[in-house]
Amino acid sequence: MSLLSVKQLSVSLSQQKIISGAELQIAKGEVVGLIGPNGAGKTTLMRAILGLIPTVGHSSLARLSEDARARAVAWMPQDRHIAWPIEVQSLIMLGRLPYRSYSRAPSAADQQAVQAAMQQVDLVGFAKRRATELSVGERTRALIARALAQQTPLLMADEPIAGLDPAHQMSTMQTFVELAQRGNSVFLSIHDLGLAARYCSRLILLGEQKIIADGPPAEVLTPNNLARIFGIEAYFENTAHGRIFQPLRVLAP
Amino acid sequence: MKSLLAVLGCIAAALFVASLLIGPSAIGPLPSVKALFSSGDTALALVMQEIRLPRAILAVLVGASLGLAGAAMQGYLRNPLAEPGLLGISGSAALGAVLAIQTGLAATLPLGLPLAALLGALLGVFLITLLAGQQGGTLSLILAGIAISALASAMVSLVLNLSPNPFATSEIVFWLMGSLADRSMEHVGLILPFVLLGGAMLFTLQRSLDAMTLGEDAAEALGMGVARMRRRLIIGAALVVGASTAVAGTIGFVGLVVPHLLRPFVGAMPGRLLPASALGGAIMVLLADILVRVILPEADLKLGVLTALIGAPLFLHLIYQTRRTLA
Repeated sequence: MSLLSVKQLSVSLSQQKIISGAELQIAKGEVVGLIGPNGAGKTTLMRAILGLIPTVGHSSLARLSEDARARAVAWMPQDRHIAWPIEVQSLIMLGRLPYRSYSRAPSAADQQAVQAAMQQVDLVGFAKRRATELSVGERTRALIARALAQQTPLLMADEPIAGLDPAHQMSTMQTFVELAQRGNSVFLSIHDLGLAARYCSRLILLGEQKIIADGPPAEVLTPNNLARIFGIEAYFENTAHGRIFQPLRVLAP
Repeated sequence: MKSLLAVLGCIAAALFVASLLIGPSAIGPLPSVKALFSSGDTALALVMQEIRLPRAILAVLVGASLGLAGAAMQGYLRNPLAEPGLLGISGSAALGAVLAIQTGLAATLPLGLPLAALLGALLGVFLITLLAGQQGGTLSLILAGIAISALASAMVSLVLNLSPNPFATSEIVFWLMGSLADRSMEHVGLILPFVLLGGAMLFTLQRSLDAMTLGEDAAEALGMGVARMRRRLIIGAALVVGASTAVAGTIGFVGLVVPHLLRPFVGAMPGRLLPASALGGAIMVLLADILVRVILPEADLKLGVLTALIGAPLFLHLIYQTRRTLA
């Protein structure tokens, strides 16, 4: 069953075409990485798919009612600002808002979801800490946990691992892979092509206002695509240690 | 959380009673209470039922309105410096009142002044929804509010500037300072529906204000309908602030300081801050309104002057305490 289906989706921001004719499907059990250079429109495409900005075309998520969408997809925007010095556990509990009535105390299921999310991002023991006093990386992990606590079939995240240390980058990606193994899916934008190649089951390459390639990492990270869209040359090999991708040099324009 | 509301409620109730018992005519507490519930036409019953009771009720309504609207504005704008006056509603209500005083409407028509102020507030609501109600971010709301405030205060200045009547001028200046003296039960009846309706609208925002902690995008994706929330916030805040200004004039700093003071006690959750802040606002205005009667009983010290005198140093102290986390 498909968790997301996008057909002929086009977005313009202030008269300027950002994306035209995007088509993509996300099925259960996938970790899909959205890659592309700065300004390719990764954030715009994700927000358009969610129905947060006006678009032309079809997105199955944008058609849902607000409540139904909040139970179908969790969204972690790139904005890492947390407005108030609330406790980390209260922050993560915000992910349970779609399931809770405000006047009642959180249910056992809510508490459990928050606990599980805190474990998944390695923030156990941070429950009572003020969210505004966390480091950037810790805050990012708390926000990932907030999205995880929403326990939706699909998780969409805008550069979730940017600013994390290598261990937490990898453990976060591993968390996403485990979510996929349990039948959920993750759709994330990512700049680190090495981690993208290693952990994502599929990559979508965005450039020149459209989707250039969509498929397994080996079919997307071709020398031709890398040169044309990113202007780089890279080493990419399927090894005994898994897929290894390492950018080598910038090509002359 | 529950115990915080209970404590605030008890303080507010105690101050409400104190407000009934304190005044220029020295009456013992027991006769006062008796007179309050008597049906006779004695002078004492008149003082209690027609002067002190409406004054205490208005202090609660006005204080709760300002505290609630301040907390809601801060939550929506994600900014601890936001305050109810930001929407320009208190400014436009003041303009309505000033015009009523200047034209003599306030003197000829009973309740002419608060009615004109309410009309001014409604005009302000209309303007701000037109400018920033349908779409646009928080910034357009702030800018529209600043523009409306500036326009209203310019018009007030124009009225003062061109006023041929020095008595009207001094009346306007004193009215603008804000006061609850000499109000009647009719004032209570006039603003009660607006305060109840606006307050109810603001209380529906608790969930969405919590979600706004994560920003507009995340709140929208959590199913909060940010555009709908913004409309409710504008209209709800405008109703309570417009009604408060209509009977009490401009009372500053309550909506700014009270949410700030109470935020640490609710774990900084913007939704839970709403009821606490409403009670806190009532406490601050009740207290200030008692103090104006106690400090200088002869001089008619204005309520708005006192709230600013208490509020500003309190605010400075808070900034001093939290300046590290604000940076």
